[in-house]
Amino acid sequence: MRGLDLDYMLGLVPVILGYVPLTLGMAAAGMVLALILASLLAVERVFRLPWLDWAVVLFISFFRGTPLLVQLFLFYYGLPQVLSVLTSIDGVTAAIMGLTLHFSAYMAETIRAAILGVDRSQWEAAQSIGMTQLQMMRRIILPQAARVAAPTLVNYFIDMIKGTSLAFTLGVTEMMGAAQKEAAGSFLYFEAFLVVALIYWAMVELLSQGQKRLETYLNKAYAR
Amino acid sequence: MISIRGLTKSFNGTAVLDGIDLDIAPGERVVIIGPSGTGKSTLLRCLNFLDHPDAGRITIGEVTLDAARATRAEILALRRRSAFVFQNYALFANKTAKENIMEALVTVQGRPKAEAEARALEVLAETGLADKADSYPASLSGGQQQRVGIGRAMAIGAELMLFDEPTSALDPEWVGEVLDLMRRVAARHQTMLIVTHEMQFAREIADRVIFMHGGKIVEEGAPEQIFGAPKDERLQRFLKRLTH
Ligand SMILES: Nc1ncnc2c1ncn2[C@@H]1O[C@H](COP(=O)(O)OP(=O)(O)OP(=O)(O)O)[C@@H](O)[C@H]1O
Ligand SMILES: [Mg+2]
Repeated sequence: MRGLDLDYMLGLVPVILGYVPLTLGMAAAGMVLALILASLLAVERVFRLPWLDWAVVLFISFFRGTPLLVQLFLFYYGLPQVLSVLTSIDGVTAAIMGLTLHFSAYMAETIRAAILGVDRSQWEAAQSIGMTQLQMMRRIILPQAARVAAPTLVNYFIDMIKGTSLAFTLGVTEMMGAAQKEAAGSFLYFEAFLVVALIYWAMVELLSQGQKRLETYLNKAYAR
Repeated sequence: MISIRGLTKSFNGTAVLDGIDLDIAPGERVVIIGPSGTGKSTLLRCLNFLDHPDAGRITIGEVTLDAARATRAEILALRRRSAFVFQNYALFANKTAKENIMEALVTVQGRPKAEAEARALEVLAETGLADKADSYPASLSGGQQQRVGIGRAMAIGAELMLFDEPTSALDPEWVGEVLDLMRRVAARHQTMLIVTHEMQFAREIADRVIFMHGGKIVEEGAPEQIFGAPKDERLQRFLKRLTH
């Protein structure tokens, strides 16, 4: 048993913090893209377009039914062998793509359930004033569904932030990769990974605070 | 001019509307009465295409459609000619009272926001809710919500206003203010088709009362005639049960 090398840890903090923008950038990009894709998938699942529904069902089933790490390897190491256009894809892009596809499948189910949970009277009132389907979804249904789905979606965002650490396995030097490299020089693996863990933890805690504010904001219209 | 010919609708093989013919003159106030489950709500919902009729022709002003082969565009056009007041108010939960009224004006009619807002505030003043413009539905009483619901329908300027039991979901204390507002709407020569169980109100406001039974119009006439000298035996029984 040895004591913690606190000086080493303190010195490492700014180094690892330097990679936070990359981690958050990957997660933010993945989240925005996943939200868009998930909304489209969810709306399709609600309206069930006859020539598209089976493909969406299959997509969601596959990406929920296989591990994220397997999907990332499949895209980054596997797919380029089959599709030559993908050979030039870099690790960061591949990670964002993988996170997007993976999380959009989960988020689509959350959004679909939230849409279907919007009271029937809201759909009918929107129809009765002569709104098109698109106007109804954009102005009435999706905003109300968003309030219900938001807490769960933020949880997926938190999962996604943690999920970016897997980009390390695609050769991306993000927080985890940086710590690994540092530790390989100093042999202080425990300290290095502890710093990474604490920084992830702090980020998630900050986000949880934001989550509470977001919920208060979204519930504003519904308070008695 | 509103004209309905041969309107039919069935749910799971059961005919709920069994060939409805009805004409309503501009400014006319028609009240529909009848026992529960006879298709009163379904008739109103079919006129607004909230339920799709199986067959029949519907004319509201310049829009005429054949229910059996109505296109999406025709349905939208028809819906924009009428305004629906729901039993459970159905205010947009994510919008304030003012925004509820503005929504159709801005999104559907494409009017400038400032103009729509001015109109919404005007309507809110008429409904006596000027001070609730920025309140969300959840913070309003049932009576206030229904007054906003009627205001939303008034602002559209529709040729036909449809009311499906607008006071049935209300606590008794709020019924009066909603009926008062409907009287004011009527005073402006708005064409109204009203389903209600408030017989006193029906007698007072209606130009014509329609008695529905089993998906059909069984008897119609002036309120004095329907309430004072009902001919059909089913109507007599219906009225007798109400007074007991
Ligand atoms: N969406 C639906 N699916 C199946 N049956 C329905 C549906 N809507 C209405 N019905 C049936 O159609 C019949 C007529 O219903 P409707 O609501 O039009 O009656 P109503 O005259 O308005 O009655 P009430 O006075 O109770 O409101 C009822 O038997 C009802 O169960
Ligand atoms: Mg009814």
